[in-house]
Amino acid sequence: MEFSLLTIIFSLMAYGAAVVFVFGVLCRIMVYAKTPSPLKIPTTPAPTTTFGAMIRVLSEVLLFRSLYKGNKWTWLGGVVFHWAFLLVVLRHLRYFLYPLPAWDMSLQGIGIIAGIILPIAVLYLLMRRTTVDRTVFISSLADYFALTLIFFIAGTGLMMKFYERPFMVDIKGFVYGLATFNFSAVPTDPVFLVHFTLVMILLAYFPYSKLVHAPGIFFSPTRNQADNPRESRHVTPWSPNLT
Amino acid sequence: MAKVKFEVPELTGEIAIPGLKEDAAAAVKSHNAPAKDMTDLGFPTELVPDWKEKAVAKFAELLKKYRSLKVFMDICVKCGACTDKCHFYLGTKDPRNMPVARAELLRKVYRRYFTTAGKVLGKLAEAEDLTREVMEEWYTYFYQCTECRRCSLFCPYGIDTAEITMAAREIMDTVGLGAKYPLQTINKAITIGNNLGMPGPAIRSTLDFMEEDVKEQTGVPVKFPMDVKGADVLLITPSADFFATPHVESLAGYAKVFHQAGISWTLSSYASEAGNFGMFNGNYEHMRKIAGRIKVAINELKPKRLIHGECGHAWRVAYSFWNTLIGPFDSLDPKYPAPQHICEFTYDLINRGALKLDKTANDDFVVTFHDSCNVARASRMGNSPGGQFEIPRAIIRATCNKFVDMHPDTIREKTFCCGAGGGLLADEIIDLRIKGVMPRMQAYKAVKDSHGANFFALICAICKAQFTKVFPYYGYEMEEVGGVHQLVSRAIVLGGKEGI
Ligand code: SF4
Ligand code: SF4
Ligand code: SF4
Repeated sequence: MEFSLLTIIFSLMAYGAAVVFVFGVLCRIMVYAKTPSPLKIPTTPAPTTTFGAMIRVLSEVLLFRSLYKGNKWTWLGGVVFHWAFLLVVLRHLRYFLYPLPAWDMSLQGIGIIAGIILPIAVLYLLMRRTTVDRTVFISSLADYFALTLIFFIAGTGLMMKFYERPFMVDIKGFVYGLATFNFSAVPTDPVFLVHFTLVMILLAYFPYSKLVHAPGIFFSPTRNQADNPRESRHVTPWSPNLT
Repeated sequence: MAKVKFEVPELTGEIAIPGLKEDAAAAVKSHNAPAKDMTDLGFPTELVPDWKEKAVAKFAELLKKYRSLKVFMDICVKCGACTDKCHFYLGTKDPRNMPVARAELLRKVYRRYFTTAGKVLGKLAEAEDLTREVMEEWYTYFYQCTECRRCSLFCPYGIDTAEITMAAREIMDTVGLGAKYPLQTINKAITIGNNLGMPGPAIRSTLDFMEEDVKEQTGVPVKFPMDVKGADVLLITPSADFFATPHVESLAGYAKVFHQAGISWTLSSYASEAGNFGMFNGNYEHMRKIAGRIKVAINELKPKRLIHGECGHAWRVAYSFWNTLIGPFDSLDPKYPAPQHICEFTYDLINRGALKLDKTANDDFVVTFHDSCNVARASRMGNSPGGQFEIPRAIIRATCNKFVDMHPDTIREKTFCCGAGGGLLADEIIDLRIKGVMPRMQAYKAVKDSHGANFFALICAICKAQFTKVFPYYGYEMEEVGGVHQLVSRAIVLGGKEGI
């Protein structure tokens, strides 16, 4: 079977982005994991057990607990944005899974709603960023870039869903083919090609930008350490022992 | 009272979030450390010729040693949640005192030398060369952070600007740019044994004086022992407790509690300091050396218990770091936590009915309590999280009839720093200290207006020094400032031992 140049380019791009993403994220995680935490520095009051600290980290990851304390409006935007993003990603698993499992099937409806909410949440976050003098001061190109990129990804996605409607089976064939090394031609719909390219840019950008906050939060010592320094001696890997 | 006229923030009882005023605090700088202290501490006396390479190399080393630094350099998303949380931003309006902007001063250099994007794209990726100007900015704004961790509480990733400040100061020290007050203090603590540089005999004579004083006032021979081998308790307390007002009043309180409990105790002339400024400047070795004197004192005096006096950052070092730095404490009685805070000790005695307290002795006072930031957000008292908030309050309630808390957004874990911790209790930056304490003063003003609060209870030596200094600028009497154990000292009924 012959493949068009377009298919070859897009296939290579997809693999390139995937490798950069996986390799980049793994590298980050390795560096974080390897770097020692010489002292006990949980922000207290903190849980006194490791299990408690795990729950604390989860409450940050899933509910953004500290941000809730910090700024209710940013929290609202942040939670809606991240949950919508997660649901949209889960919905997209249907391009990788065959046959489609029931749980993913049941997420399709809510996934669409999330897809509509996502760009709205992005606009809301952008609005906050550009209207509060303090966030204007601290925001930089990278902050606008990440939000804008996601906005256009969501936008092109929605265009395909509600307006363009390229042939779903072709898309699934292409993506599923990439995932299983059973290649098929890339759909030529321009909106799809833009959407796909932007996602690849996001993937490749992820490990080398502030987006590493996603794996990074699990390594934040002020959140993941248990508050038990008197009960169990925390040993510093690079400090000599006293007698 | 002040010779120089400062612009003291107006007290309204409200903490307003100010608009940005760029460079508002750019001129506020701590004095440079004298050559002698730099040399003693192993730092160059002035900026070395190859300072840039040295600084980048030190930065690289710290990134490998501290996960906190490495992760915090990477993961800030600039959400802005911390921007209105720092007392120095609220007080000075200078945007570089917003925690994220402060961290950004270091982060932009991190990007330039340690990230691919920064190396390739430079300014476009917000990366910046380490220049003299950047270093000056560091010196200014990393000495406008008290390492109080208030920002870390509200950050979705727990980014603790204190860790970043410590790293920046350590880098600057290494290339010969040190600040006088913290480094002099560290030097004295390492070489003489306390932050005030007081030799043992001087301490002994003030203790003698205190013994007479308490005897005169109460008729009871309360002892202030020092260097007593085999005493049950070794008390490590900030040296300010020996000489400064109102600190000494709390020392009297501790002594009376020990007396009444019938527990033998001692101070150490060799380890006559709880404070550990080594932490403020991020130097692990200095911190370990200062704490190391306590280990020596334990080995020499062979106490069964280790108790710690009223001091915020010192309690952080003691509670969170001592076990790592100078532990394990195998020679101590495992029945008691090591170290134990004097408030935990007193609270325990109160609970067991071992102390008789006459609350009416404090009837002149409407008391409020300032949670010291280092106790609130970097340590604990008691067995459960948040004990550091309940235990001092329980002691206060047991010693007076009128207690009122300040606004909930300004106490407990959300407490505002006094504005002089982290090595900023220096005279030359009094202007900054006055502005930094503004949020706390507003909260105090509010309970003054609503409840007539007139006693500001503390458990931190630096807090005590700072508030006695800044209260008059705001029009309040410095006599309103005091220690929690000062209240205990006034209320405790001596004599007629009831045992423990
Ligand atoms: S709260 Fe944390 S993530 Fe948000 S801007 Fe501040 S430091 Fe960055
Ligand atoms: S640690 Fe405290 S002083 Fe330093 S930036 Fe954070 S809030 Fe401000
Ligand atoms: S002096 Fe007190 S309030 Fe100020 S930094 Fe230290 S513990 Fe915090």
